Amino acid sequence: MSAAVQEAGGYNFAYLDEATKRMIRRAILKGLAIPGHQIPFGAREMPLPYGWGTGGIQVTASVLGPRDRLKVIDQGADDTTNAVSIRRFFQRVAGVKVTTRTAEATVIQTRHRIPERPLTEGQVLVFQVPMPEPLFRLEPRLAETRRLHALGDYSLAQLRLYEDIARQGETGSSYNHPVMVNGRYLMSPSPIPGYDNPKLHRSAAILLFGAGREKKIYAVPPWTEVSSLDFDDHPFRPMLAAAPCAFCGSRDSYKDEIVSDDRGGRVFVCSDTDHCRENQR
Amino acid sequence: MSALLEADGLRLRFGAAPALDGVSVAIWPGEVVAVVGESGSGKSTLLRALSGQITADAGTVHYAGQDVLALSEAGRRRLMRTEWGYVHQNARDGLRLGVSAGGNVGERLMAAGERRYDSIREVAAHWMERVELDPSRMDEPPRNFSGGMQQRLQIARCLVTEPRLVFMDEPTGGLDVSVQARLLDLIRKLAKEMGLAVFLVTHDIAAARLLAHRILVMRRGQVVEEGLADRVLDDPRHPYTQLLVSSVLAA
Repeated sequence: MSAAVQEAGGYNFAYLDEATKRMIRRAILKGLAIPGHQIPFGAREMPLPYGWGTGGIQVTASVLGPRDRLKVIDQGADDTTNAVSIRRFFQRVAGVKVTTRTAEATVIQTRHRIPERPLTEGQVLVFQVPMPEPLFRLEPRLAETRRLHALGDYSLAQLRLYEDIARQGETGSSYNHPVMVNGRYLMSPSPIPGYDNPKLHRSAAILLFGAGREKKIYAVPPWTEVSSLDFDDHPFRPMLAAAPCAFCGSRDSYKDEIVSDDRGGRVFVCSDTDHCRENQR
Repeated sequence: MSALLEADGLRLRFGAAPALDGVSVAIWPGEVVAVVGESGSGKSTLLRALSGQITADAGTVHYAGQDVLALSEAGRRRLMRTEWGYVHQNARDGLRLGVSAGGNVGERLMAAGERRYDSIREVAAHWMERVELDPSRMDEPPRNFSGGMQQRLQIARCLVTEPRLVFMDEPTGGLDVSVQARLLDLIRKLAKEMGLAVFLVTHDIAAARLLAHRILVMRRGQVVEEGLADRVLDDPRHPYTQLLVSSVLAA
């Protein structure tokens, strides 16, 4: 570690001071002990704006060790601005090895996606969360949402689902679809597409969620039951674009729709760039 | 047979003013009890104290043998959405305006654990019909409905879990007279069909006469007279009741 500290010019390993890291680790441990429950923590000012991953970056900084190998994705891609700058940030302040390969990474910070390749035991997936409260927009008072969580009263979320089906025929939320964790807490999966929801269920990897602006951390320990909220006669069905990937031809991966010319041409490509590259090989 | 809801010696002060001054009430299964009195007499406070929304300074409230004031919040909420109903004076307080009529009616079912979409729709349609609303409008938001229809929707939303006791706070307030008459008729019919116990707060003596089996007259936080509805209204004994009954305007 000393080499990394020297490289960073007197700064502590991985940017945050040790007291802050310990505070965040305590919040993470509490989160793991109560799956899906939001733990408040004292989020620090980070050198990037709210909404760019201040929560995720603090969680990553707290769990990162010198021997870790970090991967950062934004909407599944390793080469977008947000992913590149956060990856470079940790290279600089922690001196850790980085990778774009899901299989090689020990810590993966992600915005809005879960990698296509199944995660393995020992991997940690860190989500950037803009709004941790799943009852947000249903109940405006945060004090009341806390009470509803305590009482396990989630009829409001069920009501929202009812409304979606009544209006649109299907559950309207194609992303950020709320999940029940361990049969107890309703949790916002951060805005991942519904297609990724089933990957939360009995995941081998540790799933950590950090919300910087809202100052909340929550977690799902490995092999935890996670089910998407639905009705018995209208089960949750994730959506998937019917077209194959224009690059690798994959039909079962989640796609981004890209405008390819100014005459209305559109192509679908894998949102997970690592998965796409592996398929092309 | 024992009383469904029984309150004894309720006392509550708002500053120096006594809102409840030693009030005791019993409501029996299937009975409609009306509380009448002028503004500020403590009617609504009594309603809120009985339904556990505020805690009285002294006194007890028992529902079907259990101490309501000693219930945990979870227990009280469970009671509130299964065995009890609450009809607000203003339908907009009792309804979710951003949610369709069917969703409003179905919410209590979902809270009670119903997870089948189709049966929620079925029950909601059935209840809209029972309160004389067109079930084909169940996907419309409540704001598309008139004041009287909203009030009927609120009643459907309350009764969908077949509660045993319904609290009503001036259910006909703010409605014009023909709509009032129709609503009173509906409440009376439903209460009879379902064997509901109703605790009704009103300042409308005529509504009390039409609905109630028994009437309590409140003044300055005290029950000054209590008795069968026709006895209290036709043969009032307390001077305040006499004043109240003689103040009713005849059309």
